[in-house]
This record gives sequence, structure tokens and C-alpha cells, in this order.
Amino acid sequence: METPEQIKSRLETAVPDAKIEILPNDCPVGERSLLVDPVRILAVAKFLRDDPQLRLDYCSNVTGVDWPAAEVTEKIKVKQVVNGVENEIEEVKKTVRPGFLEVVYHLYSMELKHGPVVLRQRTTNRDAEAPAISLTPVWRGCEFQEREVFDLFGIRLEGHPDLRRILMWDGFKGFPMRRDYVAPDDFEYEPTPHDEVLEQAQKHYPPEVKA
Amino acid sequence: MSTVAEMPSQKYEILPKTSEAGEPIGELLEISMGPHHPSTHGVFRMDVVLDGEKVVKLKPVFGYLHRNHEKIAENISYLSSMPYTDRLDYFCSMTNNWAYALAVEKLAGLAVPERAEYIRVIMAELTRLQNHTCLIGFFVQDMGALGTPLMYAFREREKILDLFESVSGARMMCNYLRFGGVRCDVTPDWLAQAKQLVDGYGKFLDEFEALFTENEILLARTQGVGVLSRELAVNASITGPLLRAAGVNYDVRKVDKYGIYSRFEFKVPLGEHGDIYDRYMIRILEMRESLKILQQALRDIPSGPVMDPKAKLRGFRPKAGEAYGRIESPKGELGFYLISDGSANPYRYRVRPPSFINLTILEDMCLGHRIADTVIILGSVDIVLGEVDR
Repeated sequence: METPEQIKSRLETAVPDAKIEILPNDCPVGERSLLVDPVRILAVAKFLRDDPQLRLDYCSNVTGVDWPAAEVTEKIKVKQVVNGVENEIEEVKKTVRPGFLEVVYHLYSMELKHGPVVLRQRTTNRDAEAPAISLTPVWRGCEFQEREVFDLFGIRLEGHPDLRRILMWDGFKGFPMRRDYVAPDDFEYEPTPHDEVLEQAQKHYPPEVKA
Repeated sequence: MSTVAEMPSQKYEILPKTSEAGEPIGELLEISMGPHHPSTHGVFRMDVVLDGEKVVKLKPVFGYLHRNHEKIAENISYLSSMPYTDRLDYFCSMTNNWAYALAVEKLAGLAVPERAEYIRVIMAELTRLQNHTCLIGFFVQDMGALGTPLMYAFREREKILDLFESVSGARMMCNYLRFGGVRCDVTPDWLAQAKQLVDGYGKFLDEFEALFTENEILLARTQGVGVLSRELAVNASITGPLLRAAGVNYDVRKVDKYGIYSRFEFKVPLGEHGDIYDRYMIRILEMRESLKILQQALRDIPSGPVMDPKAKLRGFRPKAGEAYGRIESPKGELGFYLISDGSANPYRYRVRPPSFINLTILEDMCLGHRIADTVIILGSVDIVLGEVDR
């Protein structure tokens, strides 16, 4: 099995304009992942599937991850001249990293029995139905899992043949797996005829009677 | 688009309902099978479009048991999710526990003592035995053999559940594994009982097979029905007995060699045609291989501790990072994907449920068959709705 660096260098020759980045993983036995720009991810996925050395024909796991906007602290060394003496002072610089959503794919090879290669793509923002690219045309196994990503994370995966809600019901509003989702007190609340009748009745009475 | 008939037909053309002379012969019928249908193994619905008795379109609809297991797990500590994993596939709580424990052990870099590894293998293979036995019972019930075969299956399953109960305190919701080991040790008495069960199980399988394997009705109903091709099975990420019945040699026990599976001698049975009969046979043969593993494990189990002394259950905070752990559960590849941000709760917790993904090709297998066949095709996929809906 090739290292992520080897895969990256071969990918860059095969798909020249793909922007690929290797993300670190601090877990001791965990896999580092390849972050691919959504614009070229379909070509990258096809290469990974069809390349004779990789043959990643089996997409095991597809899931979303929500990363809300966060404050990132960086320590920068700044040179300062105090009373004619040059000193190096550490300054903490705070920047706000904009939020984004991520789709993660775990790829294995059934033919060559190796893996996993972790593939990621990111949306540019956390809007409702932020767009990304569906890989169902490459691996059929993504079909239901990508529907689930759409349903629970609200990532619109373009190119998916049948993008509908899968676990929540059709009329449901909101995306429950986002970090900032707040569940309503009562999921099954429906305005009863009583509410409507009451509202209409209240409109008939002048305000002083209401009080 | 609230009904299947309104949805665009992409892969399959619905034939015009006219005779060769141009006269209309009837219309398509859309029926909703489920969610309360005895053959759907839970609250599961199939929107089926029928031409006479022939299926021309089928969409599975589920989510009735959805409780957002993943969100719950992200708001509680790592250990608190262990009993929740029992409820995913409520037939196989031991293997669910194992998959989750494996992912956390990978994330935190924990080792598992030798004896605990053997106990895990014994529990997982016993789980496989009872899952496959029950599945065959349910599956012949779907074909009309009401009651009796299922009761034989449940009789044997109850013996295995008795073993689980005596070691963990619960028949089905075992909650037995821990990160870095198992919760409590098994007694020599328990091992002797397990040995007795394993020695007798081969005879039960012979009896069970005498009922079904060459049964004329079973052959007629299953051979050549619900055929799944090798290419589609791989491309659609099908795992477990379904995949191996299609002839693909892929078993996570052999590929990843997680735990101590590299020490046991066992074969991976493979099918040839990919039809329902192959799936039935694969399950029978897998049970016989499981018995071999169990005999080796019960023979070789060493004494020693069952928990890694370094593993701590309270205040468990793995370092930031991510890990994907997977095992071969009786229904297919069960995986857990965890992202830690260094806090006591997982930042992201994802279950890769095998029976959810195995449903992807339900329509492809059912098209062109009769409505009565969809029942047994669904039965042969082996779904549990606790896991599909999560």
C-alpha cells in the first residue's frame, strides 16, 4: 500500500489541476487523509478506483463532519526593540477560521485487499444545502450514505441520482447532525383545529374583551 | 414527488401496458408494503410498483426507528455509548460492542490482554452462530414454513443467550466489552458449558440442513432468484454473506486480521451464482467454520487478566485524532469512525451499519421477480431495523 505522499504525487500527474492536501492525524495508528478540491474530486475518485496499483473499488464508509467557525490561536515570534536592545517576544495571534462542512470517504480495495485511503472534500461555508460533489456515479455504495449526509448535515451533493431525505421524514426542516442544531421541544406538534378556531375567535373580539 | 410512480425512472423502462394488437391490458399498481408487514422484519416499508405480480419499481423507505444514535453519542462520554451500541443490531450486541471497542482502542492506542482477546472471539463467533441460525429460521418462515423451523432456531439461540446471560447479566443487551478488555472474566464452568454447546451444535446443524438443504420448495423458491452480480456487489459496497455469495473473497477477519483471528484456521465459504440459495448455503457453511474457530479458541484460551491495567474507564480522554475501526459482524462489515478533539466526548461518532448499505441493491435484486419473491429477497439480505435506522 502506497503512502499518502506517493498517492498525492501520482494523482498530481494524473489529474494536473487537482488541489490535493494531506491532512495530519495525531492518532498513533490512524490514517492521514487526502483533502481534495470538490471541483476535481470526481476525476480523482475515478483515478483511485481504476488505477491498477490502487484499485480502490470498495467505498466502505461515507460520512459528514461539521466544523463551525472557530477561533484559532497561533503563537508568532515578533522582534521588538526595547531601550535599544532587540528582544524576541512571543505574541498570541487570534484568527477566526470560517466554518465549513466536510464529507469523508473511506476507500478500500476488495481486489488487492488493502486500504484504507481516506478522501475528504469540504464545502466553502455552512449554509443550508451547501454544495459538494457526489461520488455515487463512481461508487454505487455511496448512494444511501450520501443521502444520509444530505439529510442530517444538509450538504447538497451534486450529481446524486436521487437526493432525498432518508432517515428523517420529507417535510422535516433543519439538519440534526450539525453542531448548532437545537431540537424542538415537541417533534410531533401540529397546530390543532382548536388553535385555528381560537385564533379566529380571538380576532372577532375587541381587545378589551380579550384582556 | 411523494410517490414512487411520480419519480423519474432512470434505469428501468416501464413497459407500455398494451397487447401486441394495441389494446390496453391493465394498469400499474403501486402498493406500500409495510411498515407493519410481517415479512419486513420490523418497521420497514417498500414502495412497490407492480405490473400484475411482477415488480417494475421498488423503493425502500425507512427511518421509523431513527433516534439519531450518532448525535446522542456525541453528547455523552465514550464509555456511555457502549450500552447504546447494543441497541444497533439487537441480535448481535457482542459484535457491536467489539467494533466500537476496536475503534476506541485504535484511537487511544490501548492494548488488549491475551485472555480478553480469546473471550472476544468466543463471544463474536457465538453471536454469529445465533444470528445465522435465527436468520434461516425467519427466512424459511417468509417462504411459508410457519413456526416449526423458527422454533428450532430459537431453541438453539436460547442456549447461546443463556451463556451470554450467565457472563454478562443480560440475554441480548450484553454491554460486555470494555476498551482494553472485557468487563469480567469467564469461569472454567462457563467454558465447559460453552464447549458442550459447541460440540453439540454440529449435530443440530445436520438436523437443520436435513430439513432445508435439499427441500424441494426451498430449491424452487430460491435458486436463480434475487441474483446479485459480482461487479454490482463490489461497486455497491455490499458486505458480509451477501458479498461472499456473489463470489467475492472478502472477509474482514481474513483481510484485517483484527484481534487474534490470524491464529485460527478457518475457511471463507464462497458462492457461485449469487442467488438466495447461495446466501443460505454460505450462512450454513459459515456457521460450520465458526464452530471450528470456537473449538480452537476454547482449546487454546490462556489464563491471565482480562483488562489492560493502563486502560481507565472514568475520565477517559483520548488525544485529538481520528480512527476507523471495522470488524466482520454477522451481517457484514460493521465500522465505527471516531474523531476526538481531546475532550471526554467524541467530536464525531459515526456507525457504518452493514444492513443499511446492503439495502442499496434491494431494487436491483427484486426487479422482474414476483411480489412474493421480494419477501424472501429481503429476508436473505438480513436486515435489522435498529441498525438501519439508528
